[in-house]
Amino acid sequence: MIRLGYIIISIAFFLIVCGIASGVERFPPPDFVETGYELPSPTTPQPRQNIYEYIDAVVLLAALGLASYLVLKKRSRRAIFVLMVFSLIYFGFWRKGCVCSIGAIQNITLSVFDRDYAVPIVVAVFFLLPLVFTLFFGRTFCAAVCPLGAVQDLVLLRPVAVPNWLESGLRLFAYAYLGTAVLLAATGSAFIICRYDPFISFFRLSGSLNIFILGACFLLVGVFIGRPYCRFVCPYGVILRQLSRLSKWHVAITPDDCIKCRLCEDSCPFGVIKVPTAEWPARDYDKSKKLLALLIILLPILILACAWAVSTAGDLMSRTHATVRLADRINLEESGKVKETTDASSAFWATGRQVKELYSEASNIQAEIKTGSWLLGGFLGLVIALKLIVHSVRRTRIDYEADRAGCLACGRCFEYCPREHVRLKEAKQTVGGSE
Amino acid sequence: MMAENNDSVTRRRFLRHSVWGACLAGLGGTTAFLGSKSRKTDTVWQIDPEICVACGNCSTYCVLEASAVKCVHAYAMCGYCKICFGFFGPEPFDITEAAENQLCPTGAIKRTFVEDPYYEYTIDESLCIGCGKCVKGCNTFGNGSLFLQVRHDRCLNCNECSAAAACPSGAFKRVPADRPYLLKRVDHA
Repeated sequence: MIRLGYIIISIAFFLIVCGIASGVERFPPPDFVETGYELPSPTTPQPRQNIYEYIDAVVLLAALGLASYLVLKKRSRRAIFVLMVFSLIYFGFWRKGCVCSIGAIQNITLSVFDRDYAVPIVVAVFFLLPLVFTLFFGRTFCAAVCPLGAVQDLVLLRPVAVPNWLESGLRLFAYAYLGTAVLLAATGSAFIICRYDPFISFFRLSGSLNIFILGACFLLVGVFIGRPYCRFVCPYGVILRQLSRLSKWHVAITPDDCIKCRLCEDSCPFGVIKVPTAEWPARDYDKSKKLLALLIILLPILILACAWAVSTAGDLMSRTHATVRLADRINLEESGKVKETTDASSAFWATGRQVKELYSEASNIQAEIKTGSWLLGGFLGLVIALKLIVHSVRRTRIDYEADRAGCLACGRCFEYCPREHVRLKEAKQTVGGSE
Repeated sequence: MMAENNDSVTRRRFLRHSVWGACLAGLGGTTAFLGSKSRKTDTVWQIDPEICVACGNCSTYCVLEASAVKCVHAYAMCGYCKICFGFFGPEPFDITEAAENQLCPTGAIKRTFVEDPYYEYTIDESLCIGCGKCVKGCNTFGNGSLFLQVRHDRCLNCNECSAAAACPSGAFKRVPADRPYLLKRVDHA
């Protein structure tokens, strides 16, 4: 009997020393014979009901439909603005900006690469609906539905033109951001789009100070440079650009015929109105033909060079994965380079898992991210090469028109077009006729 | 020249139409793929109390001003000790409820007398910041009846939970929204 007591005490002592003794009954619960005390049970307040999520999806559908109608049929900047403010309030401040279409890219990616991860229906709807609408109507999502676009659109007071080459160069960041986000989501490392969403702190009116400062910077820049996040950062915008190029219907500056009056030329704060171009002189044509041939030959070299360059950052990127970080730390501790343990490493030691198992898991992830970084680099190389090729080709344009890819369908240019005023019967006489 | 131009326009138009169709088909395919994998019920974040090490990150990393993570008490596991290691600091001056004796930085644990020598401990969630000090104390020296949980009346259910990203033990997981808690239970096996 005494022996048994010793064993129990030593086991209890061992567990206390280990500190892993969660849920061990060291002190048996009393049965309260005297007072008839009844054990309370912990409360479990329930999360927001599913039905509200479906309401969000319906509101998104309605907002997209209405935005497309307002942009293409009604052609009213004021109505688009009102819808935009509504979206900002509903999707931004009421729904706290989460889940959004931009972040949904990561959920979709993860579900492709992780067999066990299934995307909630609402997230899938948020990802797909704007894409489908863009394929039909252009970027009406950006115009009046996206709360991130709306908050930037509101602060745009003194638009400054950005030179074409700078705009195109800065946009490379968005491609790199999209690629990195997909890579890190696919390997289950992190959701960087969510982590660095600059406006989420405004929507929630709480959160990390750094993100709040980042958002404030974007808004400050946004006073002069229209929608900087949308144009140079937004990874969803990169996808929307490509679909918008193909869209079935698209915003037109003029309701019928362009009279080349040049009034709309400076109306776009995002610099996407393309002016008519004359045909090329023969000398320029030959020169650019040679340049094009050179660029096409350079294309594979550029892809390889970028792939190699980005792959050197593969190890750095793999540090975003918690398992890789933990394995590094454990390795340091095991080899005696550091004495003290961190929360993560002591949690690992407490589980009693094999160190080898952790190392192999971490090296698998590292290898995946390394492969991914080659692909990411190749993708960026391709984007750069295609950009160079597109810039060396000039198309003849007859009318003033909005660049299909870049146009955010905000509708600011409508009122600059005299034909629009004719349409609205505000002008009795056609401008073309008075000339 | 003109005819050639028209020709190239139609060719370009044809190409554009086919790429457009391919994009639509691609979106359809994505929808079908996601549909085949989509869950009926949504998921929410929750802490697995068996893995949680009560490091205290939840109280600082949550995007909410006051963390959505709070301490929860599984009364059925509690020893109703007079000297509770989740309630009293390591070297209390006295075994009373006076603030200087308490472990909880916000005084969120209420200690009430039930019958000799048993005391009941309840958590005032409006005061609790989810720092896990009491959880650590109770796990190390007591029955481990105090544990941390994401409270879903507060949680915003962010796509990437900031607290989960900062969790050193990987205790955060997504659980079905219709069973949103991972409560500790008495294990009388």
